[in-house]
Amino acid sequence: MLELKNLVFEVPNGEGGTKRIIDDLSLTIGDDRFTVITGPNGGGKSTLAKLIMGIEQPTSGQILFDGQDVTNLSITARAKLGIGYGFQQPARFKGMKVKKLLDIAAGRKLPMLACNEYLSKVGLCSASYLTREVDKSLSGGEVKRIEIATILARDPKLAIYDEPEAGIDLWSFDRLTETFRDIHAARDGRSIVIISHQERIIQLADEIVLLRDGKVVDTGTPEQLMPQLGFRLTSPGGCPLSSPTELHLTEIPTTC
Amino acid sequence: MTVDLSPIDESLLAEIAGLHGMPKGAFNIRRDGQLVERHNSAFIEISTKTDVPGIDIHIAPGTKGETVYIPVIVTQSGLKDVVYNTFYIGEDCDVKIVAGCGIHNSSHEASEHDGIHSFYLGKNSRVSYVEKHYGEGEGTGERILNPTTNVYMEEGSYCEMEMVQLRGVTSTVRDTNAELAAGSKLVLVEKLLTHDKQTAVSNMKIELKGDDSSVQVISRSVAQDDSVQVFNPLVIGEAACRGHVQCDAIIMGNAKVKAIPGIEAASEDALLVHEAAIGKIAGDQIVKLMTLGLTEEEAEKEILDDFLS
Repeated sequence: MLELKNLVFEVPNGEGGTKRIIDDLSLTIGDDRFTVITGPNGGGKSTLAKLIMGIEQPTSGQILFDGQDVTNLSITARAKLGIGYGFQQPARFKGMKVKKLLDIAAGRKLPMLACNEYLSKVGLCSASYLTREVDKSLSGGEVKRIEIATILARDPKLAIYDEPEAGIDLWSFDRLTETFRDIHAARDGRSIVIISHQERIIQLADEIVLLRDGKVVDTGTPEQLMPQLGFRLTSPGGCPLSSPTELHLTEIPTTC
Repeated sequence: MTVDLSPIDESLLAEIAGLHGMPKGAFNIRRDGQLVERHNSAFIEISTKTDVPGIDIHIAPGTKGETVYIPVIVTQSGLKDVVYNTFYIGEDCDVKIVAGCGIHNSSHEASEHDGIHSFYLGKNSRVSYVEKHYGEGEGTGERILNPTTNVYMEEGSYCEMEMVQLRGVTSTVRDTNAELAAGSKLVLVEKLLTHDKQTAVSNMKIELKGDDSSVQVISRSVAQDDSVQVFNPLVIGEAACRGHVQCDAIIMGNAKVKAIPGIEAASEDALLVHEAAIGKIAGDQIVKLMTLGLTEEEAEKEILDDFLS
């Protein structure tokens, strides 16, 4: 269980004062829960995720993980306790093979078969990826999916994914959604927190947290919150075809 | 000749040539300026030079799948060992050559080894060359290695050279020269890690003389503490050739790195590219590995190991 108590995070505003990114935020995320944090850009979602992982230190407030106060623990210590974090913009490593990164994530040498399974879960279906380097030779979408595979290999008790869909093509996104659904369906004490704007991910959630201006403005189930988020709730099996929209080409701006 | 290797000798040999005991096939092991043991194979003949110190290695045309070891170790302080090793590789060969020098110096006097290696590759031959330099010992005496490598490549030959110096060498000046005939290809990989007050200078001059010849230079280095590194790779294209030079350095502490990649074209069909980058370890790399449970120190070591792998 993760408990955030009166969390505040401020940064200098450049005029001698401070700007509040996270504003007295309290939130509890139970075990076995699939939580999606959503909300407008600049609302503090990524910052909140970084505060949980320890990448940023709160100005005040408390973070408890399974009852233990982790507010002042290092990133490494939190990782060892079972918190994992999938970066929105993953780092690249010259000379490091994908296999090595997965081994580090798992904390042991993984059998090839297991590695291939993690990669196929993120839509990278070629064993040749294992010997590729995690450097500029990989596309943005490939690096992003490898990043997610490292979290699958690490298998943390609490996994936080920061916009996992960003930079991923539609086909791989389908595979990824299935993977999240499978992890959740297993219900083996693991919790997933995903920062996302994607309807398909939001509707998988047990609970949606709507974050705006560093505050939780609403929480609820997809049924409760999706209509007000502007999404129409659809069944997981598929979505009904919408009738073709009449396009007026002259109204589409050509400057962007 | 009796073989008498101390534990220090054996660990140096393992470090620089991956050897545990005497290798199979052709080899020549030199210690403190003296021959320890030599062995020829049916197709590889090693003979002592008569004019200068060193050896000639003749590899018969068509030799394939053999490895030649010519490691050098220096355990005596105050010694300056200069050696000329010349490889004559016949046509259509496919061989591996493992060289390297390990210095163990536990005194205050300098130990120096200057190896001048020349390679003559026959037509359509393939050579894989690995050279590791390494220094150890508690003494304050300098450990100096100044290797010169000359490569002469005939038509259609291929050579990959991996030259590695990780830790322990106080001062090094490396000179690498190559001439490539038509259709030949050279891949030159240099890996360097300096620390404390060490200095390393690497000069390269690669001349692409024949059409369709190509060279790829990959230099990766880490400069720690107060060490200084200077790179001067120069590729000269005189034909319809391709050359690519890539220098990547990670800088730490108060180290200094200077990279001056040069390209010169004397043919309108020469395609030459150079890239050079110097920077510290990126913060997001460290943070990522920490989120996977590594400490900051472990993360840094992992990043450097992979960078130089």
